[in-house]
Amino acid sequence: MRHRKAGFKLGRNTSHRRAMLRNLVTSILLEDRVHTTITKAKAARPTVEKMITLGKRGDLHARRQALAFLQTREAVSRLFDTVAPRYGERNGGYLRIVRTTFRKGDGAEQAYIELLGAENVLDEKRQKRAEARQKRRDALAATMTEKTEGQESGDSKD
Amino acid sequence: MPNPKRRHSKARTSKRRAHDALASIGLAECPSCHERKLPHRACPKCGTYKGREVLEVKEQN
Repeated sequence: MRHRKAGFKLGRNTSHRRAMLRNLVTSILLEDRVHTTITKAKAARPTVEKMITLGKRGDLHARRQALAFLQTREAVSRLFDTVAPRYGERNGGYLRIVRTTFRKGDGAEQAYIELLGAENVLDEKRQKRAEARQKRRDALAATMTEKTEGQESGDSKD
Repeated sequence: MPNPKRRHSKARTSKRRAHDALASIGLAECPSCHERKLPHRACPKCGTYKGREVLEVKEQN
């Protein structure tokens, strides 16, 4: 009987699930916020919290343990240098999961999973994205007007 | 093979189906844009949840 065996299998075998979780946790620590399915977010949360606990310990052994799980060295250094110091007083509950919309294609419910205290970083990122988008849009508008002007001059010759 | 003995009337069919109606989904009002949205989820219209948590909402061109 599968009584009281909570957890998420995610339709994968053990190695696939472990690899996916490692990737997801690494991404969360590097990016502060990840958009994924609600089930994956819930599955990743305890592991991210364990990593942050390692980061708060901060000794060499903790660093090696984190290195053994996370996929990149950058993630480990970010965890120990920028992420873990945010949570000095807090005992757990380092992440926020917000349900969003349903994915087009398979209808999976999606969610943001993000680190608490990362709001400033995320706002900055959003600002940058908005600027890039505006630039693209302006460029597109410029080329469009160029084209229509070109056509108009061609028409006037006829 | 066993077969029905009598014809099933339309009334019988519709009486059986009287309880098959789907319930409407419970929607809540978004506190920031007053659209109806699913509870406990970020609002897809204005992108907010509990005051912040902005999803990037596509502007209409």
